[in-house]
Amino acid sequence: MSVNLRLTRRRFIKGVIYSSAAALSGAGVYLASAQSRPAAAVERLLSINVNGRTRRVDVLPQETLAHTLRYKLELTGTKIGCNRGECGACTVLIDDVTNYACSTLTHSVKQRAVTTIEGLQSADGQLHSVQQAFLDELGPQCGFCTPGQVLSTVALLKSNPRPTRAEARDALAGNLCRCGAYDHYLNGVMRASGQLS
Amino acid sequence: MTYMHIGKDFTPPCAEGKITGAARYAEDFKKEGMVFARLLTSPVPSGMVRNIDVSEALRMDGVVGILTAEDLPEQARPGIPALSNELIYVGQPILAVAAISEQIAENALERIRMDIERRSFVVDPLDSLIEGGPNAYPEGNVMMRGENGMELRPLKWSRQAIEDFRAGREPAAEFTTEWSYGDLNAAFAEATVIIEEPFVTAGYPHHSLEPRTCMAYWENGRCFFHGSLQSQSAANAPLSRMLGIELDQLVFINETTGGGFGSRIGPYSFMSIAGYLSRKVNRPVQVRITREEEFFIGSARSGMQGWIKVGVKPDGKVAAVDVIIVNDGGSSGSGSGSSSAGAISVSYQPAAMRFRGASVFTNTAPRGAQRGPGQNEMHAILAPVMDKAARQLGIDRVEFRRINAPDNNSLIEANQGPVTSAYMREAIDMGAQMFDWQARINQPRRNGSKVIGIGVGEGYHGAGNNGFDGLIRIGPDGKIYLHTGVGNLGTYSYAATVRAAAEVLQCPWENCEIVRANSDRGLPHSSGQGGSNTIFTHTRTNYVAAMDAVNKMKEIAAAELGGTVDDYSIDGSRVFKTATPAEGLTYAETAQRAIALGGKYSGAEYPEDLNDLTKLAVQKIAGTGLVGVSKDNLEKNGTAPGLAIAFAEVELDLDTGKFEIRDYTAVAECGTVVHPKGLSHGMNGGGVWGFGMAGFERHVYDPQNGLPANVGLYQSKPPTFLDVPLAMHTAAVNLPDPQSPFGARGIGEPAMGCAAAAVMSALTDALDGHLFNRTPVTPDMIIEHVAQYTYNNKSLKTNTF
Repeated sequence: MSVNLRLTRRRFIKGVIYSSAAALSGAGVYLASAQSRPAAAVERLLSINVNGRTRRVDVLPQETLAHTLRYKLELTGTKIGCNRGECGACTVLIDDVTNYACSTLTHSVKQRAVTTIEGLQSADGQLHSVQQAFLDELGPQCGFCTPGQVLSTVALLKSNPRPTRAEARDALAGNLCRCGAYDHYLNGVMRASGQLS
Repeated sequence: MTYMHIGKDFTPPCAEGKITGAARYAEDFKKEGMVFARLLTSPVPSGMVRNIDVSEALRMDGVVGILTAEDLPEQARPGIPALSNELIYVGQPILAVAAISEQIAENALERIRMDIERRSFVVDPLDSLIEGGPNAYPEGNVMMRGENGMELRPLKWSRQAIEDFRAGREPAAEFTTEWSYGDLNAAFAEATVIIEEPFVTAGYPHHSLEPRTCMAYWENGRCFFHGSLQSQSAANAPLSRMLGIELDQLVFINETTGGGFGSRIGPYSFMSIAGYLSRKVNRPVQVRITREEEFFIGSARSGMQGWIKVGVKPDGKVAAVDVIIVNDGGSSGSGSGSSSAGAISVSYQPAAMRFRGASVFTNTAPRGAQRGPGQNEMHAILAPVMDKAARQLGIDRVEFRRINAPDNNSLIEANQGPVTSAYMREAIDMGAQMFDWQARINQPRRNGSKVIGIGVGEGYHGAGNNGFDGLIRIGPDGKIYLHTGVGNLGTYSYAATVRAAAEVLQCPWENCEIVRANSDRGLPHSSGQGGSNTIFTHTRTNYVAAMDAVNKMKEIAAAELGGTVDDYSIDGSRVFKTATPAEGLTYAETAQRAIALGGKYSGAEYPEDLNDLTKLAVQKIAGTGLVGVSKDNLEKNGTAPGLAIAFAEVELDLDTGKFEIRDYTAVAECGTVVHPKGLSHGMNGGGVWGFGMAGFERHVYDPQNGLPANVGLYQSKPPTFLDVPLAMHTAAVNLPDPQSPFGARGIGEPAMGCAAAAVMSALTDALDGHLFNRTPVTPDMIIEHVAQYTYNNKSLKTNTF
């Protein structure tokens, strides 16, 4: 008997046209999109503000921000753990608010400021205070979720500079750590907010 | 003892890259001309692929090649090959398509035509064991010793035996594995309390956060392989065999790995796809998998269905344990029943014990080692059972554990062998004091619909091996190069263990550089980073390598400055005459002399008992400094145990069935603490894993269609920030193990078992001693119990929601 060979979620991730630009940047990678390809033509060459710089990039209509950052702008600090908004490894800041880059269309951030983990260090290489605190507390284990944890903390401290441990826990709850380094990360938040010496 | 490095915190060199995003995982590596592969996987739980037609896919623009099972070496059944036409579970890879983009490769899969002949399937081991039940493989459902060694054969139990087993009675049945020690009948006769319970634990996926990725390319007959493994040097020999090449033809590169937890200890068959496909299409090939595919390819814990009978004497000593474990071995048949039983023998020291078991193949995802495989789920089940015995005897649950705790004279596991040391009573006392056990068990327990439960549980795993190699080099610049074959899996043990060499050399950390991550840099033969062994195993290898370097430096100094090696000491990066410290050589000068002298000093010659990989490593670095290299031939007599005790307080809502872990304290008994923050990570991380086992994580397969129901993170949920206590407290006994030069043993796996056990104990305590005998314990189970519905925990059914 013949059977349907595909039972994966790939109908959700239904494909796209192949882009030579994508291939050259190592971006032949499976594209994820939360919606079908728009019927109408859309602009392909975008200017997006990433880490304070304007970057020109060829973006497919249904391309996710995680894809653009990793495979076209080579900002590989943004990790893809699930590609479906479950783990938070791809967390970036958009206008200082945390977002899952795997679930954000690049076209939707045209007029907005995107900050990735690579954008936190100062020009002279000095670590951001959150990064330094996470380093002091040895926050990461395997490190795959760490960029997301750091960025969620940066966003938290912008809106709440001295969070309680419980508030920090709530704020980081969208960032899964399979290693279970939660206690160390919370220590990092407390240190970054000056509440742990 | 005060050390320069041992027991001190430090910043591992990879840590900054992890918080800046600069750390490179396998998928972050690219190579010019690289193509991408996607996998066609099985849509059925059991069947045979017939008549594959790939012609249309191959004609597509951008498709560069296809790898099928026929392109790979044949593998003895019932191993799970990387690609196969015989389908044993949903999600099993059938073939791989390489294309210039992953999207094209994915689209090409749509153009492949094939017929699949379905076979019967089974997803619950007892449904296979019962007479007339289906087998996962046509030949059978278990591995049994036969005329030609281990063979795949059918094992069947009578309907009565299955009925008895499901009902919590000892079945009259055949097993594949049995062991015992002591006089079981006599020991049970001494017992005044007998507890007899059935139990079932769910298997579940590892779900390491980094979906595994491989990238391979070939240059001048050598394969350059980027992988994501827990281990580094432990990969080289098996991966080169897998690829059909010599050891020196493989360059294995693995800078950072996004978790493994047992699923990436050594090369997995999936890795051969990148190697063979890149050789076939003559281009670099990257294969990465999705989160969903990680469920199918990433391995899983085996589930247990079992029966246990415990006899306890009036003084609280456990007299006898009789246990039966049927493991759900999935499509790989892997179960850990013997390890589960062995853990009982360690933690409760019964005078007599018997284990009988079988690991049954099912048409579900392959099973493999997962953090404390066997031991941890056993401790989760065991804690409430032992609590019940303690209650019946009127003995405090912590005191009950003290009475039965292992010590330096204990004999453990099936062979009743010795331990290198064990200070479990000290751990229990420390933990009980930290947790304030007495005050907590006497606190008010009920507040409206909320009820407090207090629990205690143990963890155990063997935690140390021997016989591996150490390698260090002192450069002519005086710098110490610490070569390690330990993988970077997130425990920082690669860095913690080389500090043993820095300790021996009394060298400032700033003057040390760790050489790792790329086998072409000269990395010694090392253990795999699994089984909690690394701290014990590789403080020893680094110790012997550094001692070899010290001896060589003293020989060089004695030859130049007179006297014998016994006349010399080291300090301040110098080797000098003990009597006249001004006479000596700097480390840099000894390295320069070593290069000039050659022979064993420069690495031109080396001991014959080194592993071949270490010999290759020494050859790569020979002539570049003073080489310290040695196999660990230090004495090791007995099992180095990793032991842990945990205490948990849960607040359970009787209206919703939900529970919150309000407080958690765990104490490690792992010898000398080498790296305090690393230990804290291991204990806390293990704690979180234990919470997942007790409350959340499980495989669920649809028994009607053989389809997995929960392949994502959300459905088989690892604990999040909101599922763990706000603060977790950990400590260590910190008494040295005499068979480690620095007294250190490992702890990664017991850290999980004790947490799962403590939470299970606390849930039982909250519900007036009710035993669920099942992991995970979910809100629906609690609600049904509170509502006095009979939760059917005695059916031993798996795949429950």
